[in-house]
Amino acid sequence: MIDDFQSLMHGFAVALTLKNMMFMLIGIVLGVIIGVLPGLGGANGVAILLPLTFSMAQVPGGTTTAIILLSCIYWGALFGGAITSVLFNIPGEPWSVATTFDGYPLAQQGRAGAALTAAFTSSFVGALVAVLVITFLAPVVANFALEFGPPEFFAVYLLTFCAFVGMSKEPPFKTIASMMLGFALAAVGTDPVTGTLRLTFGSIRLLNGFDFLVAVIGLFGIGEILLTLEEGLAFKGASARINLGVVLETWKELPRYWATSLRSSIVGCFMGIVPGGATPASFMSYGVARRFSPDGDKFGSGKVEGVVAPETAAHAAGTSALLPMITLGVPGSPTAAVLLGGLLIWGLQPGPLLFVEQKDFVWGLIASMYLGNIAGLIVVLTCVPLFAAILRVPFSVIAPIIIVICAIGAYTVHNSVFDVWMMVVFGVAGYLFKKLQYPLAPLVLAIVLGDNAESSFRQAMLVSQGDMLIFFANKLVGTMTVLALLLLSWPLISWLIAKARGR
Amino acid sequence: MSESSGERPALRYRAAELGVAAGFFALGAVVIFDSVRLGARWAEDGPQPGYFPFYLGAIICAASAITFVLALISGEAGRRTFVEVGQLKLVLSVLVPSVVFVAVVGWLGIYLAGFLFVAFFMRWLGKYAWWKVVAVALGNSVAFYLVFEVWFLVPLPKGFLERLLGLD
Repeated sequence: MIDDFQSLMHGFAVALTLKNMMFMLIGIVLGVIIGVLPGLGGANGVAILLPLTFSMAQVPGGTTTAIILLSCIYWGALFGGAITSVLFNIPGEPWSVATTFDGYPLAQQGRAGAALTAAFTSSFVGALVAVLVITFLAPVVANFALEFGPPEFFAVYLLTFCAFVGMSKEPPFKTIASMMLGFALAAVGTDPVTGTLRLTFGSIRLLNGFDFLVAVIGLFGIGEILLTLEEGLAFKGASARINLGVVLETWKELPRYWATSLRSSIVGCFMGIVPGGATPASFMSYGVARRFSPDGDKFGSGKVEGVVAPETAAHAAGTSALLPMITLGVPGSPTAAVLLGGLLIWGLQPGPLLFVEQKDFVWGLIASMYLGNIAGLIVVLTCVPLFAAILRVPFSVIAPIIIVICAIGAYTVHNSVFDVWMMVVFGVAGYLFKKLQYPLAPLVLAIVLGDNAESSFRQAMLVSQGDMLIFFANKLVGTMTVLALLLLSWPLISWLIAKARGR
Repeated sequence: MSESSGERPALRYRAAELGVAAGFFALGAVVIFDSVRLGARWAEDGPQPGYFPFYLGAIICAASAITFVLALISGEAGRRTFVEVGQLKLVLSVLVPSVVFVAVVGWLGIYLAGFLFVAFFMRWLGKYAWWKVVAVALGNSVAFYLVFEVWFLVPLPKGFLERLLGLD
């Protein structure tokens, strides 16, 4: 414990250099802009900017600067999503959908400032709780995971993916199909164990498989733009100005909702670590808050508490999604997956050894989470009108620019125009999948983790000579496997329970 | 475009569901096919290269078959509008130019292609004055050039224009 505290203090020393502070601020501002713009979100925003960090990561200590920049873009995007939800009734990010329920009515009643202050403050609280959890839990988990062998790692992957089936709102068979498609895309190219070419059908372009960054940019970027277009070319929204009076007044009101905050933080942290993701976390905690609140029936008509609950949970989940990413190498959300991809590209191996071999990096990142969220809160509270003005730029100007940015992002991954074509294909797929409720997060995570999951599965199989019982061989791996299977069959179980109750 | 024709459904949910599920099934079948070719069994030295993908393909096929059947038997829900004619027109009005844009990036370079793309959009969909169109489109390409080539030293695709200007 004392050790961790010292490491954290050291991390602050790393994060508090002028250069890192500057990139933190740039990251936050860029992130909020990305969060506000339709078609650019946390995941693909980070994916597009990732190639820019290649040269940055070459210098000593540069990887820390790079991760600070990228993770701050993520925090910024989390904050930014709330702005569009409250002012324009358009969730800039999927996790801010639940924020529109009460945020937009508040804005219509002329209380946009209060809604935004509540949203930002509770985002900050949620993130803070999650960072505290990371600070104290991450070293423990990493230490624990040092003992993991291939069967344990495969069980972790299994748990991750089964959690998607059990927890997502999407139909289970669609979740499975979309996830397996991700694994299949990951399998394209060279077989990680024997080196045989798979699923390339003689094409040289497919030799290296599909890059998940291209998939992320297409699915989330282009797909999102096509979806937004259906609504038409203009956004109509309330205007907002936050002054100190409104902030202080709202802050006076907020402590009343401490119970909601606490519950939402717990839901958020849990859903982030177990990869449910920020989006279901925000809906779930909105539902929980409505059930527990004394004026739950007034939710949806503009209650500040209805903004506090989803925002706290979304930010807590988004932040805590980094815990499994840095400790186990298993990201809890698409954006965490992109950050993981970044680590791999910079030559860092995410996983338990990171805490031993890259202390500066890990603790610098954790310290930057504290600082980044404080900086984020200040930036969004002071600059809301500026960010809201971005959305007043007509879509016929902003859409082509975003598409060009996405194209550049896809191109720079491997300097190949073929990837830009793939981006368009993924974009159309993303549009169809979104409309038909095929979840995108498991698809992306499967592309990222496919090779690792397969390797650990095959290594485990080699150890056991093909005996599946190795996944039940000891208490740890057995518990995880059973839990995974339970989650996998959860939709069936809950359907049976509902049936038995005669509903 | 009149209101009524714009709100006519271009595609209903059932058709979209069936199409996408069939697409998934086809992809799954391709994966199975190639896995069997590589050997999807258990060899002496452990699983063959197609072992893991074979089951992926099988699960994709099974899951999409179920989705397909569920869509077939869906009643009212299947008749809901998936996309209206007007919406589809808007989506295509962005998708088609984007495809053209990507097609020409290879030989025009990203800066010229991006300039034309933004200009086309603003003029055609936004109906802006020409000077605004040129100013925004040019500013956009110049800004990207500065950020990527000058500050971050990331080379982007270039065409004859850059060669002409001696920037390549």
